[in-house]
Amino acid sequence: MDTDQKKHLLRDMLFARRFEESCYEAYVERKIGGFLHLYPGQEACCFGVMSAARPGEDYVITGYRDHVHAIACGADPGEVMAELYGKANGSSGGFGGSMHIFDVKKHFMGGYAIVGGPFPLAAGMAMALKMKGQEAIAICFLGDAANNQGTFHETMNMASVWKLPVLFVCENNLYGIGTSIERSTAELDQYKRVAGYNIAAAMADGQDVVAVHDAATIAVDHVRNTRTPYFLELKTYRFRGHSMSDGGKYRSREEENEWKQRDPVRLLKDALVAEGALTEADYKAMDRELLKRIEDDIVPFAEQGPLPDVADVEAHVLSPDLRWARGEV
Amino acid sequence: MAELTLWEAIRRAHDEEMANDPLVIAMGEDVGLAGGTYKCTLGLFDKYGPERIIDTPISEGSFTGIAIGASFLGVRPIVEIMSVNFAWLAMDQLFNTAAKVRYMSGGQLEAPIVMRSPGGTAHQLGAQHSARMEKVFMGVAGLRVVTPSTPKQAYGLLKSAVRCNDPVFIYEHERMYGLKGEVPDGEFFHPLEGSEVMRSGSDVTLFGYNLSTHWNLEAAKALAALGVEAEVVDLYSLSPLDRAGIRDSVRRTHRAIIVDEAEAPVGVGAEVMAIINEECFFDLDAAPVRVTSLNVPVPYAANLEHVAIPNPSWVVDAAKTMLGIGG
Ligand SMILES: Cc1ncc(C[n+]2csc(CCOP(=O)(O)OP(=O)(O)O)c2C)c(N)n1
Ligand SMILES: [Mg+2]
Repeated sequence: MDTDQKKHLLRDMLFARRFEESCYEAYVERKIGGFLHLYPGQEACCFGVMSAARPGEDYVITGYRDHVHAIACGADPGEVMAELYGKANGSSGGFGGSMHIFDVKKHFMGGYAIVGGPFPLAAGMAMALKMKGQEAIAICFLGDAANNQGTFHETMNMASVWKLPVLFVCENNLYGIGTSIERSTAELDQYKRVAGYNIAAAMADGQDVVAVHDAATIAVDHVRNTRTPYFLELKTYRFRGHSMSDGGKYRSREEENEWKQRDPVRLLKDALVAEGALTEADYKAMDRELLKRIEDDIVPFAEQGPLPDVADVEAHVLSPDLRWARGEV
Repeated sequence: MAELTLWEAIRRAHDEEMANDPLVIAMGEDVGLAGGTYKCTLGLFDKYGPERIIDTPISEGSFTGIAIGASFLGVRPIVEIMSVNFAWLAMDQLFNTAAKVRYMSGGQLEAPIVMRSPGGTAHQLGAQHSARMEKVFMGVAGLRVVTPSTPKQAYGLLKSAVRCNDPVFIYEHERMYGLKGEVPDGEFFHPLEGSEVMRSGSDVTLFGYNLSTHWNLEAAKALAALGVEAEVVDLYSLSPLDRAGIRDSVRRTHRAIIVDEAEAPVGVGAEVMAIINEECFFDLDAAPVRVTSLNVPVPYAANLEHVAIPNPSWVVDAAKTMLGIGG
């Protein structure tokens, strides 16, 4: 990967980090409601994969930890933030919330809150792409613990038999809320679990964005060219609690600190500094600029956005096209 | 009598039942080491160990099936589904196996499992975390459905559910775990069937359950200030519904309002109205009405959620309209 591309990735990942931190603050100030699941620690997974894919063209789907995936697909961060604020200018008009960010124009097909639900949805999108002869692929980002749902196994089987162009990215952060992978899962290496379904698979270091990019390039090429599924496991760690209501009693501070030594943002920054491509001062300036954008543009866009009109509460329940419902055809 | 929170009452019931019978187990996501999402099993992992307080993978369909299979051979599992929204994944086993196996086997086999799960709306949790789907469970023959509105009920219903040889679904309200109330110090088994008059009145009956019972109590106070004496009846048993209790109350008040946090269609309100029709139609002075949420997936934005979900003022308004009180 060339230096410019690395610098881009650094900027994207640092932005995502700051964005999520600002969500945290807004939540503490009670400007955001509901459940909030943050992404710090895992940034290299999303950006490493998306840098190898075609954001805006490939169809991406994920779970409830979805803000950054939406942004990586090209969703406007202001609209994502406004959604968290429950505003009409939010990406789902305030109807969805943190766990349900959607930007269908950017082919970000949503965040879903039922663990394991997106597996078959991703395979279904891949089936549609196959039927329509499109070059795009479907990409499904989910966590390690989701692999213990029946949908994982059922979907892997069908995706393989039916040769569907879908890339499953497993962000293995070693926990499903408060239960560690050792306590819930018989095979710790998730990529090995798809062998029984004859799906090509690999594992990469999810803290190293260049490693993720390289592994994802192979994965994306495989899916795009062979039109068959691929499973990519990324070993990673979330630095914050599962959601805002997590007391963190199930893992040790030592373990957390050990993983924080491998902060994906810092690893890339240090590499660029070592290469001589970036100075600490450059990095600080970049950070200031990103923070300023969040403070001056993104947060005010959300704060000043209008509330949804309560008269619209029954909008979006059913299609406004009533011709078939009424027999007017 | 000790004052306990609702979660403490549930924990006490787990503890006593597990101490009483080594075949009582609890299982679910984060019930063990983490102490339970709503603390209902806090401390029990240390006391009873990982073989009896079982942390499961996120595999609701199959761990429910495992619980049912174990119950065939005498184990008494208390299955916690972290949120009722996830119970959809467990319904196949619960409905197709647990609820039907006694019948299908001509009485040879039974599945005495308890499934507990919190649901309801709880401040902007959005469309996939705000389900009120007790009506779905109520519609399945072979399954009992109960729902506590007080810590005392929560304790005593769980105790009875564990002992009962039927599968029992206990619907808890996500917003009510911190609710405090008196629970008898001595062991006590709450009947699984019946209803409870929480407040007596002569002018109108407000039927509700779990959270809506509390709305009704609040509404009754506001109505009392207007000179209306509302009776508040708590339907802690949703299946079977207490026909006699519903009838007797309507015979006293001649008016009925059914208050339900869920959407109206195919809901508790429709069932209660049908019972009123069948049991005491000619005792009515007014057509019964329902207070329910709008028929929409629950929106995220606070202002939209506020207009979609009932609150006590909706109950007061409905009663005023029914009784022809202006203003
Ligand atoms: C069907 C279902 N069961 C349980 C939950 C509650 N829950 C939400 S996230 C989660 C853990 C998921 O872990 P993982 O898939 O590893 O993703 P991570 O949160 O670590 O990114 C659980 C148990 C849910 N949302 N849906
Ligand atoms: Mg995980």
